[in-house]
Amino acid sequence: MTTEPLVRWDWLGAHLGPIAGRVEQHLYLTVIAVAVGFAISFLLAALSIRRRKLYPLVVVLSTAVYTIPSFAVFVVLIVVSGPSVLSAEVPLVMYTFVLFVPNIVAGFDTVPWEVIDSANGMGFTRGQRWWQVELPLALPLVVASIRLATVSTIGLVTVTAVLGDSLGGLGYYILDGYHRTFTTEILVGGLLSIALAVLADLALVLLQRVLTPWVAAREVAR
Amino acid sequence: MDLVTATAQWLADPQQWQGPNGILARLLEHVYLSAVSLGIAALVAMPLGLWIGHTGRLSWLTVSAANAWRALPSFAVIGLLVPFTTRIDPNLGFTLYPTVIAMIVLAGPPLLVNSYQGIAGVDRDLVDAARGMGMRERQILFDLEFPLALPVLATGIRLAAIQVIATATLGAVFGFGGLGRFIVLGDANQDNGELFGGVFLVAALALLTYGLFVLLERRLVSPGLSTRTAS
Amino acid sequence: MESEAVASARARLGNSGAASLEFRGVSKRYGSGPDAAVAGTPGAVNDLSFAVPAGAICVLVGPSGCGKTTSLKMVNRLIEPTSGQILLDGVDVQTVEVTALRRRIGYVIQQVGLFPHLTVGRNVAVVPALVGWSKERQRARADELLSLVGLDPSRYRGRYPAQLSGGERQRVGVARALAADPPLMLMDEPFAAVDPIARAGLQDEFLRLQKELAKTIVFVTHDVDEAIKMGDLIAVLADGGRLAQFGPPDEILARPASDFVARFVGADRGLKRLSLRTVADLKVEPVGQSDGLPRFAPATKLRDALSILLVADTRGGVALDEAGKPRGLVTVDEIASALADERVGTDARS
Repeated sequence: MTTEPLVRWDWLGAHLGPIAGRVEQHLYLTVIAVAVGFAISFLLAALSIRRRKLYPLVVVLSTAVYTIPSFAVFVVLIVVSGPSVLSAEVPLVMYTFVLFVPNIVAGFDTVPWEVIDSANGMGFTRGQRWWQVELPLALPLVVASIRLATVSTIGLVTVTAVLGDSLGGLGYYILDGYHRTFTTEILVGGLLSIALAVLADLALVLLQRVLTPWVAAREVAR
Repeated sequence: MDLVTATAQWLADPQQWQGPNGILARLLEHVYLSAVSLGIAALVAMPLGLWIGHTGRLSWLTVSAANAWRALPSFAVIGLLVPFTTRIDPNLGFTLYPTVIAMIVLAGPPLLVNSYQGIAGVDRDLVDAARGMGMRERQILFDLEFPLALPVLATGIRLAAIQVIATATLGAVFGFGGLGRFIVLGDANQDNGELFGGVFLVAALALLTYGLFVLLERRLVSPGLSTRTAS
Repeated sequence: MESEAVASARARLGNSGAASLEFRGVSKRYGSGPDAAVAGTPGAVNDLSFAVPAGAICVLVGPSGCGKTTSLKMVNRLIEPTSGQILLDGVDVQTVEVTALRRRIGYVIQQVGLFPHLTVGRNVAVVPALVGWSKERQRARADELLSLVGLDPSRYRGRYPAQLSGGERQRVGVARALAADPPLMLMDEPFAAVDPIARAGLQDEFLRLQKELAKTIVFVTHDVDEAIKMGDLIAVLADGGRLAQFGPPDEILARPASDFVARFVGADRGLKRLSLRTVADLKVEPVGQSDGLPRFAPATKLRDALSILLVADTRGGVALDEAGKPRGLVTVDEIASALADERVGTDARS
């Protein structure tokens, strides 16, 4: 390690293809986890709103899952179902619950009752009211939770490298670089995964602004 | 033999508990280094967060910086530190430093953000009333803002603690000790008893820590504030 | 095939203009046994019966918990009555499909309930959008209504509710309720959340609007002065949702039907009656020398004239005619006698 140059540009140049492939894999794993996690969480949130008594249970369970270090969970899954995409996705999806469910529930809870009352009084059907009034107003918190979950998942995807060489996205380069004491690889994996996380965060902030223009108006009015 | 039996046997074996690489030693190592890292991070991040919340300066910086900071994948942070810390010390720089530095760094965001938000979330009218009554700035900070900010602060400490324990666990992949070591070794040696034993210990430690901090929060936070929900 | 009666009722409800409203023995009971309304929920209603002709403003007034908001909400069926009927242009509202009913009734509440995520323009056009008007028609209608309530469309249509003041929001709320040109409007303490000066302005503008539009309006308030100012007919509700008295404002003030009503309208109801009349209503003697005397335009309320005369150190004031020329002498005695011809028996009740 001490005599090696820090960055081997030739290696980098030769491996642009595989690196791009790993970036793609990273995004692929992230998007699936966030999409599936969101869908399930939305259902859990809807259930929790209908039956309030279930809500504490849902929160406790998803928090418990999130508390257990991801490394441990992923390794358990290798043993249980081998180094497959499923082994990666199951924990990734479960880790999103605690980020999605409370925020989705809170999003709907913050719709002011006078807005609901006037919507009813004006003749919205329940469906129209949910779709045209409640959902848009819940959107800020929902999109915020998507942003949170995406960034968190990008980080967790790097850990899936412990599942095997076929997985891990950019985390593969971090682990492989570590095992081969090959700094360039570590730098590629580490810096690119950080860049990916930060860029995703920024992109979703912009999406938030686009989807909810009235929030900016409120902030100015304060 | 099936997983549950293998794990139980491994955990019950007194040999596993003794010695410098035993369960007890690893557990203490894990807890000790987590506590130290949390302490260092708190010493830096919390006063900073409290100050920013109290004075209101640099708040935009805090929020955007904290967001970026929180986005950092811990796996990447530890990995990236390795080449650099080994140049400083080939031994500890290869096993201890990268993980510990990562632990300290990654504990920062929840401590900073929650300290800031805790203080900033105190009703400004209360602060005005306190000033109007003649309380000095320092008294306001310690006797009014701090107790009111405690719920959010305590949550931040809890989040940071969990983060630190998880980072320490992950560090085992990069040569760190702690309870994660059993998972790594169990995987390498195809010893399911050890692997799942490590998983069990790690999960137990994390959940116990979480529970402990929740109890601590309940004890420390004034009953008058208990209806407030801290996110 | 619809029966002729239902079809004609539907046709009537579909016209712009105004509808008549009638409450027949309407009751709302919560639980069984003696009613004890839980704090914060509307009170019960007990056998309410009254009729409001088309184009009139009927004010429901009474202390907190007297069931006035409950009664209002039974008209658009946000609350369903336990018994009795509510007839809109002779049609029982229970027989009309509920969302169709609500889209034909304007609804304004105290907190307004503007949708924060929509611009002012789109807020106003909510019901037209629901019933399927074209975008152009929605926009034209929204602009028309914003102007009607005194808000410049080009400045306001693109703004969000969070950027408006309380008074502006209330105006948008009224515009929104008028958008689909409903024959009936329900208003639940619409001006209560605004400061008194803005409130007086909103009340005046609303009365001016009503002169143009002549809608049937049911207006809920706890403020007896607002009731007297706004109402063509007043329904005074007592605890438990009973109708204590129903009639024009002057009758309620002149002849309160019970101690409760007398106390509710206040000991100064004589003065309140004076604010229902103007100088133009007075028969006056010729004035002679009128220099230095206070001058009253024909629209000056008698109460204000009395107040001015009480502090002026003169023998009286001068009533002017429409052209501004002196019409006659106004004295304190004459103002007092304006109420005399309707004084039926001196009140032993205060």
